[in-house]
Amino acid sequence: MYLTKEEEKMLNGEYGSAVARCMKLLVKLGEKFGAEKMITVSSAQIAGISYKNIGDAGVEFLEEFAKKGAKVRVTAFMNPAGMDLEKWKELGINEEFAKNQMRIINALKKMGVVASATCTPYLTGLLPRFREHIAWSESSAVIFANSVIGARTNREGGPSALTAAITGRTPYYGMHLDENRKADFIVKIETSLEDATDFSALAYAVCRHVKKGIPYFKGIESANVDELKALGASLAAYGAMAMFHIEKITPEAENACENTKEKISITQEDIKNAYEEMSGKLEEVDAIAVGCPHASIEELKKLVLLLHGKKLRIPLFVFTSKTVKSVAERAGYVEKLEKANAKILTDTCPVVMPIEELGIEKLAVNSGKATFYLASSGKIVVFEKIEKLIERFCEGA
Amino acid sequence: MKHTIKCKPVMEGVGEGDVLYTEQPISFYGGVDAKTGVIVEKGHELEGKCIARKVLVFPHGKGSTVGSYVIYALKKYGKAPAAIVNEETETIIATGAILAEIPCVENVDISLLKNAKRVRVDAFRGEIIILE
Repeated sequence: MYLTKEEEKMLNGEYGSAVARCMKLLVKLGEKFGAEKMITVSSAQIAGISYKNIGDAGVEFLEEFAKKGAKVRVTAFMNPAGMDLEKWKELGINEEFAKNQMRIINALKKMGVVASATCTPYLTGLLPRFREHIAWSESSAVIFANSVIGARTNREGGPSALTAAITGRTPYYGMHLDENRKADFIVKIETSLEDATDFSALAYAVCRHVKKGIPYFKGIESANVDELKALGASLAAYGAMAMFHIEKITPEAENACENTKEKISITQEDIKNAYEEMSGKLEEVDAIAVGCPHASIEELKKLVLLLHGKKLRIPLFVFTSKTVKSVAERAGYVEKLEKANAKILTDTCPVVMPIEELGIEKLAVNSGKATFYLASSGKIVVFEKIEKLIERFCEGA
Repeated sequence: MKHTIKCKPVMEGVGEGDVLYTEQPISFYGGVDAKTGVIVEKGHELEGKCIARKVLVFPHGKGSTVGSYVIYALKKYGKAPAAIVNEETETIIATGAILAEIPCVENVDISLLKNAKRVRVDAFRGEIIILE
């Protein structure tokens, strides 16, 4: 594998043992995947932040790495944590969990990682440009960056994204190469899609047929950022996919399916079946959760309009980033949402928060990604459009 | 009888130990207790076995990428395997082995080690030497 003089220096320990260890890992991974060289990345995004996920092993690894003097070379954001970093007490998170969670955050901060605690870096100030190389690990952000922005990243793990942040490099293979970004199969959409939840259901329907590769969607007339965010998040969860194309919508769609023969069709019936199969059958739930991935300002605005003059019987948890929440406060949305029995939480999400300890077993969600992860951890989930959930769980309903 | 198997190094080093063999993939996250080195995954054929100082032979990893941190923690608690032998060392195991500096090799037909008792893994040369 070809290394520049600077990369050789990092590998040989001239920048300390932590940097050398990181470079060694990247070289090894690069050799394993047949990379010819390293490529400079402009940013990194690190997953595996919640204490619920990484436990004591993660805490100790990160603290030791920070102690060795590891520092990031490029801007690095972190994924959601296991709790709202400010409101954890009123949420009912126990002291021990909070203490360990803060050890993780502080170790990463010591290395220079921004405590952004969001799965939507692209909505909160970390926006790569078209064709820019990055090393991100949150799967929904990876697929959004590759597909919607046309930036380039593999699906990194937490540790490989951290080592990329520390060296400013990643091995040049996989999604960084033009030839690996073409479509593998065509999906013909023969129905209309109304909202982001329909796009989640579409992803589920596609992944029933194909679980990997790059889909090329035909027949989608329009799709906004929230719908693309939902589609990608669900394709990445149900199918471990890193990219999709949509004809005339995403930037690399042109010429992406010249040699693609395999084709599947999705009809209205397929979407209906997807809702049926994804959703658990429950009369009552403990709470509604929206904002997986973290809600955008548009999604919060839509919620305000839907909840106008209504009050929910059960809590509605709205997960978003600190950035979007502060904009929503300025817009007056937060106050209006709280009046309707919604709780705005930042820095965390229903998937990485220890919700069972907060007495929540049955959740209703409007996100395919949340449905996938909650169901795979044994929770019963109702998957439905937010309009229908509000209607169903409103006072008087 | 000495017998040598060629393999591809993932992390250099030399490790010798008794063989702990399974044809089932291992998830280190949730599947192995970092403090004791014991495999705790319910229903795994190695459930209850300790991997410390063994040459751990398994086809490949599975589960969460947090597994890499668990491998690192095993090393810290002195419960790491002497070496790791895989058919395919995917990213989770490779990352853990490299960060923790545990000798690790891949591209091995692991069934050749099914009846081996003790081996030396030389991950500098890319060789596994069957000692017993």
